[in-house]
Amino acid sequence: MSSLATVPDMSTASNVTFANTLRAEWIKLRSLRSTWYTLACLFVVGLGITLLSMSSLAQEYESLTAAERQAWDPTNLSLRTYIVAQLIIGVLGILVVTSEYATGLMQTSLTATPRRHRLLAAKVVVATAVAVVAGQALMFAAFLAGQALLAVQDVPNAGLGDPGVLSAVAGGGLYLSAIALLAIGLGTIMRATAGALATLVGIVFLLPAVSGLFPSWLQGLFDFWPSQGAVAVLATVPDPDYPHPWLNLGGMCLGVAAVLVAAFVVFRRRDV
Amino acid sequence: MTVIEVQGLTKRYGPDTVVDDLSFTVEPGHVTGFLGPNGAGKSTTMKMILGLAAPTRGSVTIGGRRYRDLPVPLTEVGALLDAGAVHGSRKAYDHLLALAVSNGLPRRRVGEVLARTGLEGVAGKRAGGFSLGMRQRLGLAATLLGDPQVLIFDEPVNGLDPEGIRWIRDFMRSLAREGRAVLVSSHLMSEMAQTADHLVVIGRGRLIADTSMSEFLRASSEGTVLVRTPDPGPFALRLTAGGATVREGPESSLVVSGMTSEEIGKFATYHGVTLSELTPQRASLEDAFMELTRDSVEYQGTTA
Repeated sequence: MSSLATVPDMSTASNVTFANTLRAEWIKLRSLRSTWYTLACLFVVGLGITLLSMSSLAQEYESLTAAERQAWDPTNLSLRTYIVAQLIIGVLGILVVTSEYATGLMQTSLTATPRRHRLLAAKVVVATAVAVVAGQALMFAAFLAGQALLAVQDVPNAGLGDPGVLSAVAGGGLYLSAIALLAIGLGTIMRATAGALATLVGIVFLLPAVSGLFPSWLQGLFDFWPSQGAVAVLATVPDPDYPHPWLNLGGMCLGVAAVLVAAFVVFRRRDV
Repeated sequence: MTVIEVQGLTKRYGPDTVVDDLSFTVEPGHVTGFLGPNGAGKSTTMKMILGLAAPTRGSVTIGGRRYRDLPVPLTEVGALLDAGAVHGSRKAYDHLLALAVSNGLPRRRVGEVLARTGLEGVAGKRAGGFSLGMRQRLGLAATLLGDPQVLIFDEPVNGLDPEGIRWIRDFMRSLAREGRAVLVSSHLMSEMAQTADHLVVIGRGRLIADTSMSEFLRASSEGTVLVRTPDPGPFALRLTAGGATVREGPESSLVVSGMTSEEIGKFATYHGVTLSELTPQRASLEDAFMELTRDSVEYQGTTA
């Protein structure tokens, strides 16, 4: 119909690929100071909690009965920092989307990449990649630092080669990555940092705290809930409530996937 | 060669019809002014052109295709809807780089558009510290990354100082001279008078006028004549008797319509009346615009 599509000195690309979108999203993420502050905060707070909580366990161990010593799980103790770490990594996921709504940049992003699913998918991939690396790094660091502290106090501790340890530590990293994905989904649906963060806090803290109030047919849901059944993989001593902990984490991932599907649907359909 | 074609475009938000069966076209080599009072539906129309909002009915095409079907959008359309839409803690260079990379454009384009908008010196600075004028330039730089043939600006001079306004105006003129199609919205007629070649005027979402600027000027200059005479009363009666319409003007002058200044001059000579002033009045563009859109202003002041 018209010849304006031909731009003489711009003969670089005849089509935009997903790799272009991915690279652009990576540039956006790495060029924000808040990304690096959030990651620094993740490690400072995450490891700080590990150090504080692990530094005085000798007395506690002394006071345990023989049966309780059987259930002593030094791996799980050193990974408990996930409780706070999940919020910080969640903020990272939320901001990937909501910071663009807050500044109005989403309009610019969508005029550059009008295929909306592609844009959101690139955000999900880039943020998840960062979360996987950061989550695993934090969990391994927390484990190693925690065990070193236990060794200093002469309390039984675990090594990476011990049975079940590697899967618990890596499981913790995966759990954090899944929370980051959940956060991206919430950020996309809510379009506002505060709303998405409040929802995330509600999901990982409030609902588990009041789980007793729910009818019994809903209790089964908490087997797959963040901070509940889904963190059973972080233990090396089997919990009779969760005989197959990876199933519980898998169930949570299905829930996260459902939230993401909803996010993709509304992101496609809504006006910006 | 039509580049933007808007056909029967309609947008409803619940019961409110924001854009109502709007049709117009934007041609290359011109600055097309998109005028209307606040709330007339200009921004919504622009969002629909860019695929940011979905039309309830109707269609918009750019070079025959829907925006979202453009293979490399930034090489065909550059749009600046909101100069504030940058992340304040991102450096200007990174902001542009991310956009360039997202469309597979070479990295050197970032330097080129920074140079064209005079921002080379602040490329490494965070956009949060930019003045409104600099943000506006950064937004313009982003629209030029892909060297597009179509440019869309929403109220680009809002809040700028006179120097910034002149810069943007010259910039848009130069883009049109290069053969590009420029669609620029404004609620200020005076601004458009100095920039646009063609006018699309809307009010309450409906098309009010779609005309060239020169036609618009001609139509709106069918005006009045300001007459000053030492004794206006009797002369006013004579003029009225002669078929003209007379009302009182400022400082005991007369504003006459229905007669040209030449006719009034002859009339005065015939009746032996001394005139101290005889000035044809061009209705200001502002007046013409107000006249056009009077019925479509969303909230009208009561003092009028």
